Parts: sequence; C-alpha cells; structure tokens
Amino acid sequence: MSDKLELAIDRTRCDGSRLCAELLPEFIRVDDWGYPIIAPGAIPTHLLPHGRRAVAACPLLALSLRPVAADRR
Amino acid sequence: MIEMTASEPRLLAGPDPRLGAEPYEAHLRRLGPLPAPAGLIETLERSRLGGRGGAGFPVGTKWRSIAGRPAGASAVVIANGCEGEPLSRKDRFLMTSRPHLVLDGAFLAQRALGAEQVLLLVAGDLGDAHAAMAVALAERPEEERRSARLITAPARYVSGESSAAVNLANTGISVPTNVPPHPRERGVGGAPTLVQNVESLAHVALIARRGDAWFRSAGRGSATGTFLATVHAGATPVVRELDAGCSLGEALEATGGSLVETRAVLLGGYFGSWLPSAEAWGLPLDQQALKGLGLSLGSGVVAALHMAGCVVCETAAVMRYLAGESSAQCGPCFFGLRAIADACERIQDGRPQAGELDRLRRWVGELPGRGACHHPDGATGFLRSALTRFGADFESHRSHRRIGALA
Repeated sequence: MSDKLELAIDRTRCDGSRLCAELLPEFIRVDDWGYPIIAPGAIPTHLLPHGRRAVAACPLLALSLRPVAADRR
Repeated sequence: MIEMTASEPRLLAGPDPRLGAEPYEAHLRRLGPLPAPAGLIETLERSRLGGRGGAGFPVGTKWRSIAGRPAGASAVVIANGCEGEPLSRKDRFLMTSRPHLVLDGAFLAQRALGAEQVLLLVAGDLGDAHAAMAVALAERPEEERRSARLITAPARYVSGESSAAVNLANTGISVPTNVPPHPRERGVGGAPTLVQNVESLAHVALIARRGDAWFRSAGRGSATGTFLATVHAGATPVVRELDAGCSLGEALEATGGSLVETRAVLLGGYFGSWLPSAEAWGLPLDQQALKGLGLSLGSGVVAALHMAGCVVCETAAVMRYLAGESSAQCGPCFFGLRAIADACERIQDGRPQAGELDRLRRWVGELPGRGACHHPDGATGFLRSALTRFGADFESHRSHRRIGALA
C-alpha cells in the first residue's frame, strides 16, 4: 500500500455521463462513445481535490480513488 | 515432410478416443486409482503445467494461492468445459472420450485444496460432452458424486471466462463481473474458487500418478508435456495431441496442410493472431515461447487459411461475431466492438468511409483494458494482428465472393 491514489472504474456501472472528464481533464478523456479513457498512475497532490470532485460527481458511483497497488507504484 | 507430431499420446492413450467415453472400470484398470494428493501442488509447480483454457497461467501457482487461504475457510473447484472458442473442439473431444481423466483432476483438486464442492461447467451446445460427463459422474463413488454438480453453461464466447463461470454458479447469469476480486480470492458463495480448464485437469490426473519428471519428459526445447490442439487444415477440424513446442508447420502438415497452399495462419483462435504463413510455419507451439513473441497459443487453435481465402473477409466475420458476444455490460466493449465490426464490413464491401483504417487503428489502441473482462482486449488484439501484418489487404480490398472461409 502507499499513500498515493489512483483512479479506478467499475466498467459495468459506467454509463458514459462524461462528468468525470469535465472535472479532471488532466487524467480523463472520453472515447468516441463518451466513455472515459483514464490515464494510468497516481494523481498528483495538487489535482486530488479535482479527482475527489470527479468521483463524487459520477451519477452511477462507478469511479473511485484507491491506493496505488504496491506492485504498480 | 510429414512427421509424427506427438512422440506418444498421453491424454488420448488407451482405447480409440473416437469411439466415445472410456468407462470408469476400464479407466481404473488402465491407470489405477487416484493417488493421495500429498505433495501434489509442489509436483504441479515442478511440472510447469500451464493452464489450457487460453491464458496459460501456471496451474501449480493457481492452486497454491487457493491453498494459502485463511485456515478454516472453504473453497470451490470449477472444472471449466465451456469451450466458447468457436474454432476449438479439443475440450469437447476430451470430455467425450476421457471424462474420467477430467473428473480425476477435479477430485484431486478438491482434495489437494480441501474444497467442498466440485462444479462441472459444460456448455449447452456440447450435448455429447455433457452426456458423457453426466454418465461418468454417475459411475464415480458416492462420496465424489455427492460433492459434485454438473451445470449447463450458455453456449456463449464469454461463458468460460473465469468470473463469468463463478457468476453462473452464484446467480445463474453467465456474464463476467468486475475483477478484482478475482475468483481465486472470492468466487462461488464468496469462497476462493479454482476455475480450471478440463484439459488442465486431465493432465493433473496423469501427473499425480506419474510425477512431474514424467510430464516434462515430453515436449521440445523448454516446453513441457503434451497438449491438445484443434488443427484446421482442411474441411473438418482435427483434434490432435501434440508435443508442446513442436512447430506450427508440423502440426498443419500432419493434418494435410501445406505451406504453398496456405495464405495465412490464425494462431490461438478468435483472441489470437493472424500470421503470414512463412512467418508462422517455424513457430514453436509453446505458450511461454509464443508469449515472448507477443503471440498466444490460446486454447490450442491452429488454423490455416487456404490461398483462396481472404484475411479481410475472415477478420470482418470474426469481429462481427465478437461484437455480438460482448455481454453488453461495459460501454467501450459494447459500442466499440460494434463500431469496429461495422467498419470492417464496410472495408470488406469495398466502400470504406474516409479515414476508416486510421480510425480502426486508433480504436485498437483505445479499447484494451477498458472492460470488466478481457473481451475487448482479446478482440482488438486479434484485429491488431490483421492490421499490422495484412494492412495492405485492408487498404486495397474490393468486394468479392467469400470463399475458403474458416470453419
């Protein structure tokens, strides 16, 4: 475990609302059908508030922040 | 030159496998009773047996992770006979001819892992295999029979995916679930669950009796053991037991194929790769070696596309099939694969939209890793192999009658 956080998404829940991409464009863009493409890696500290906002905005609770796994740090 | 492809059959040793199931008594006479499972996990690790469902994950490693669950926790064993790959016939052939090898492996797993339940998943379209497994299970001792259940899985491509197999047992719905948790950690009823392909289990049945050194004594180079392949080199696919590591060309030639008559080779099935035949012919049929080349043996499918055939038309047909087999849970897979299939068909028909190929190449880069299961990864990997190695065919394709199609 580490104190760094990364985005995780439950693809079976995501409905392509695009809200996350609007709130965190530094890490999330959408594909041709409106579904998020998430950049890998830990969210830098200065972007974390935006990350939390993106997570909170998801109408289907598909997006979350989780500690970066030790083997992917 | 046609060579013998397997030094000697192992899974298919004994009576002619084309004659149907070997009865339990004959099986016991030929191979003896099940040995005790003590030390089996170490033996499997030393054998370097890889899973035969497609991913090739080391069997011993998988068993050890489940054996290491907290003390007192239960576990479940799933024998996976779903065989969703349309070009594969080997699991069906094995279950129909040697059902007791599969059951031996499943009950050995049950004992070695201290599991309570054994679930046998067989796809609903494999009627003869289902019947053979049902008869075989009825022949087993009562304590084995009572702990095992035969389940019919929907005949869909994703049914055999391990989280889909667990989901079927849990809810009756055979679609993948979001991973993690992996079935090894939380599967049927929340218990750590071994999902193991039926051929892998059949190998375990022999390794438990004869040891890891015996298993490794077959196979070429660093490859160990034998494996079941479905070889398409003519009108009908043929199931063969081959030495791991034998060359792809040998497998095709032993089945009537020839390099000069082969336009391209599809290695590994619908999640596999298209290869130019000259490049493919010398490749070793060994999961580890192929992985190093960015290829996969998948569930052991080797298919020769005849000179009369067309990679573009075949690819378009496969992409349409895979789009239809999306379980429609994840947007990128459901919408992306459908868009890809549409684009491939427009190219096939000789009326591509502007920028069609460039868009296909971009989608192939964007879709992988964006589903709950690996369906979009496998499908786009297959398309990528076609675009990379046969890109010129896609650029210049004109509409024509589809001939020489794969079975």
